[in-house]
Amino acid sequence: MSWETVIGLEIHVQLATKTKIFSGSSTAFGAEPNTQACAIDLALPGILPVLNAEAVRMALMFGLAIDAEIPKRSVFERKNYFYPDLPKGYQTTQLAEPIVGAGHVDVDLADGSTKRIRIHHAHLEEDAGKSLHEDYAGQSGIDLNRAGTPLIEIVTEPDMRSAEEAVAFAKKLHGIVTTLGICDGEMAQGSMRFDVNISVRKKGAELGTRTETKNLNSFRFMEEAIKLEVERQIDVIEDGGRVIQETRLYNGDTKTARSMRSKEEANDYRYFPCPDLLPVVIEDSYIAELKATLPELPDAKQKRFVVQYGLSAYDASILSADRVMSAYFEEVVTASGDAKLAANWVIGDLSAALNRSSLELGQSPVSSVQLGDMIARIKDGTISGKIAKQVFELMWTEGGTADEIIEKQGLKQVSDSGAIEKIVDDIIAASPQQVENYRGATEDKRPKMLGFFVGQIMKASQGKANPQQVNEILLKKLEG
Amino acid sequence: MHNLTLAQTAQALADKQFSSREVTQHYLDRIARLDKNYNSFITVTADLALAEADAADARRANGKADFLTGVPFAHKDIFCTKGVRTSCGSRMLDNFISPYDATVVEKYRAAGMVMLGKTNMDEFAMGSSNETSFYGPVNNPWDTSCVPGGSSGGSATCVAARLVPGATATDTGGSIRQPAALCGITGLKPTYGRVSRWGMIAFASSLDQAGPMARTAEDVALMLGAMAGFDPKDSTCLDKEVPDYLADLNKDLRGLKIGVPREYFGEGLNEKTAAQVQNALREYEKLGATLVDISLPHSALAVPAYYVIAPAECSANLSRFDGVRYGYRCEKPQDLSDMYCRTRAEGFGEEVKRRILVGAYALSAGFYDAYYRKAQQVRRLIQQDFIDAFKQVDVIMGPTSPSPAFAFGAKGSDPVAMYLEDIYTIATNLAGLPGMSLPCGFVDNKPVGLQIIGNYFDEARMLNVAHRYQQVSDWHMQMPAGVAV
Amino acid sequence: MAIERQQVEQLAHLARIALDESTLSRTTRSLADVLALIDQLQAVDTTGIEPMAHPLDAVQRLRADIVTEPDQRDVLQAIAPAVQDGLFLVPKVIE
Repeated sequence: MSWETVIGLEIHVQLATKTKIFSGSSTAFGAEPNTQACAIDLALPGILPVLNAEAVRMALMFGLAIDAEIPKRSVFERKNYFYPDLPKGYQTTQLAEPIVGAGHVDVDLADGSTKRIRIHHAHLEEDAGKSLHEDYAGQSGIDLNRAGTPLIEIVTEPDMRSAEEAVAFAKKLHGIVTTLGICDGEMAQGSMRFDVNISVRKKGAELGTRTETKNLNSFRFMEEAIKLEVERQIDVIEDGGRVIQETRLYNGDTKTARSMRSKEEANDYRYFPCPDLLPVVIEDSYIAELKATLPELPDAKQKRFVVQYGLSAYDASILSADRVMSAYFEEVVTASGDAKLAANWVIGDLSAALNRSSLELGQSPVSSVQLGDMIARIKDGTISGKIAKQVFELMWTEGGTADEIIEKQGLKQVSDSGAIEKIVDDIIAASPQQVENYRGATEDKRPKMLGFFVGQIMKASQGKANPQQVNEILLKKLEG
Repeated sequence: MHNLTLAQTAQALADKQFSSREVTQHYLDRIARLDKNYNSFITVTADLALAEADAADARRANGKADFLTGVPFAHKDIFCTKGVRTSCGSRMLDNFISPYDATVVEKYRAAGMVMLGKTNMDEFAMGSSNETSFYGPVNNPWDTSCVPGGSSGGSATCVAARLVPGATATDTGGSIRQPAALCGITGLKPTYGRVSRWGMIAFASSLDQAGPMARTAEDVALMLGAMAGFDPKDSTCLDKEVPDYLADLNKDLRGLKIGVPREYFGEGLNEKTAAQVQNALREYEKLGATLVDISLPHSALAVPAYYVIAPAECSANLSRFDGVRYGYRCEKPQDLSDMYCRTRAEGFGEEVKRRILVGAYALSAGFYDAYYRKAQQVRRLIQQDFIDAFKQVDVIMGPTSPSPAFAFGAKGSDPVAMYLEDIYTIATNLAGLPGMSLPCGFVDNKPVGLQIIGNYFDEARMLNVAHRYQQVSDWHMQMPAGVAV
Repeated sequence: MAIERQQVEQLAHLARIALDESTLSRTTRSLADVLALIDQLQAVDTTGIEPMAHPLDAVQRLRADIVTEPDQRDVLQAIAPAVQDGLFLVPKVIE
């Protein structure tokens, strides 16, 4: 098949300011309807906007993080359309002169390659409220708590070629904004929302007609929606039809998408500079000040993890992807003193357990210190890696420190050579046939046959015998 | 009592010649008796006014009074007043009780001034005759068959009819100066950014500016001082010290250079009006000023540029009136679209709808560059004309409006004829400059206004220039017949 | 630039203003008058002139990120046309 998919994204990122972009109302999530919507948010007659300094700072931090051009001047415009969740009848946004210019994000793909995704620009704007469609006697209810929440809208070039690339980019972006602390990254609450522009073409051909699937708020929905839309477009074309430019909505529950009624005329938004706001001018000295406050970003962190901890590039990219993950990992390293074991446990058992329980790392019942202390017990020989899985399981379900669990469950590794010798003797005595076979076998067959004895011995010791000592003693007895 | 100017009223209160309650009651009685002839008020807040008057008297008794404490006045019904209907002259806001105060309202309250009510105006300040008000036209006290001008026709009329000593107003293209001229009073539109726009219902945000109306330049100086100043709630309000506007009122005018723009005395100007303005200019020469012939070459483009920019801004500013959160909502909407379209069709009057449509047109895809962008470029040319002129002169003078008050309906059918009423005032709004109008004579028993245009933030000089003229003339003290009673 | 009825209908739709038949004709005529006025701008050469969006040559002031607006729902909704459970009610919104 010679179809190529072309994907560009527009991402709405809610900035983690305390107040709205143009008013002093709180932006805290989950308040009672319209209790965080003041006269300004309600667009009462006579109200005026004043720009939130923190929203500007956060947008600039993003620009610096993606190595973007930062224009000296940016301008707010009015985008005119009617909708009940848009109180002023226009959205205050930026168009011709956005606050962040062209930049780029490098994305590590699963095959080990790195791809550069170009960012066209990012602009500041206000979020709309919410229309609640529960039935109020045939009417809709409008909650304006979200109206005026600051957003940056990040617009990429159409540089992605598959759902996987788009998702990898989205995750990288999530890591950048959470590391910067400019967004809480809570996708389920709508803190990051993705609009996906998709088209397909025969390799090397002109760009095809694109559709836009709006408001995807999870990586999984994004991947599903892209795959579904790509399939649909290819089907349409292969059946001799033509893709029409339209806006689509994906339903994550039914795994289906539909066209939004495009009866709404080709929108004419009549943008013009907002006369209630003056041009935003950014001084070079402020940029320098902000640069000095940039935290270590995922790319830099990944490189450091490779050098400092000797991790593979791929492991390092997973562990550096977002702030919660990298902080957790480094705490485990500190507590355990072993970076490689820490990486294996965080990427392996811990991530698997989180997935099984559908939990975010931030909600993990096992803290970084708990996990680190347990790994320290592996490293100092108190428990084996195998027993550690038991300890981890108990820690996950019942809590407690590794030491308490090891003590209480009697899981401490047996390293007393007398005790191990006794078990070895018992097993040898109980298995005369196997002993005879072993001794009669050639040198190259013997290591494989050794497994039987080790297995029996570990079983008899309930897994607690120090495996290294078992090997040594067993060899001495069988061959000596 | 009503023959006293605002300054004299304040002085009389300070001298305890009468109380605020007495003067407030006096004006309330006049309004009750006379305003049926003029319709200058949309809402009279008698109880509130008397309560404020009592509070002002108590404040004076405690020795805490400012100079303006206890002085009655009226607000144009474009300023949001908490707990009081703020209609903006529109059916759309007929039921709108503002839950908050405009900054200008707060400042006057802080000064202890006593609001008598809210004055009539063209709907959303769109008009030059006060004929577009949902609450009916206002009658000019000098000739009740004529318009008072607009949009601040109610404020101008109640001042001229001695129903208040002073009133607030707003000016987007001449809405303070033109009605001041047609009603024979003094009005000043300050430099853009001098007075906070917070709580002042927007018509065209980059042009709107609040200012005072009263009988004398001295009154206007007092009222401006109390309303001007920085407001953190308005991004376009400048953080610039407010001078004492009374300090230089009496300064000598010798050496003053007055620019007289050729373009303001051309075709379209009523000859008798021109003669009155020329007389005033000769009076200034007698006061020691020099007249300088100047040119503002792009003057003729001001009206066309304005009628792109103002409608464009208003088309967005008035989108919030959608029947969702406050104000008028049509009966029994069939669906969302029906609610929007009928609410706005029924809630807005014809002129407002026309301007919204013109604005939508000027901004729409394919026309933006030809109209909106072009108008903004012309706006810069107009501003540059003034910048060049102020290199040579201190103030600019000319007529405020091309003719005196006209009869109701005289400019009814053709919106463009009405738009040309503001041909001399609009350019200063585009440039953001301060402008004022003061009485300078009569034509057929109707007042004529002299316009003074100043440089940016040069209001103190303009007031000085106006005040000196009022020391040697008495046009501003003339009283319409029927007002004395 | 002449304006057609159909354009006026489109503008009325963008501005969400219902126009009936008679109003439409009248509005079309008066818009034509206004457009003739503003068309005078076309005669001016504005090559190289920077558009002037605002009379002030100033820059945007910024506000500190501090919550200053307490909950005022009851006051603000007292003037609303239709409210239930703290929500503003409108005819059904269909996406």
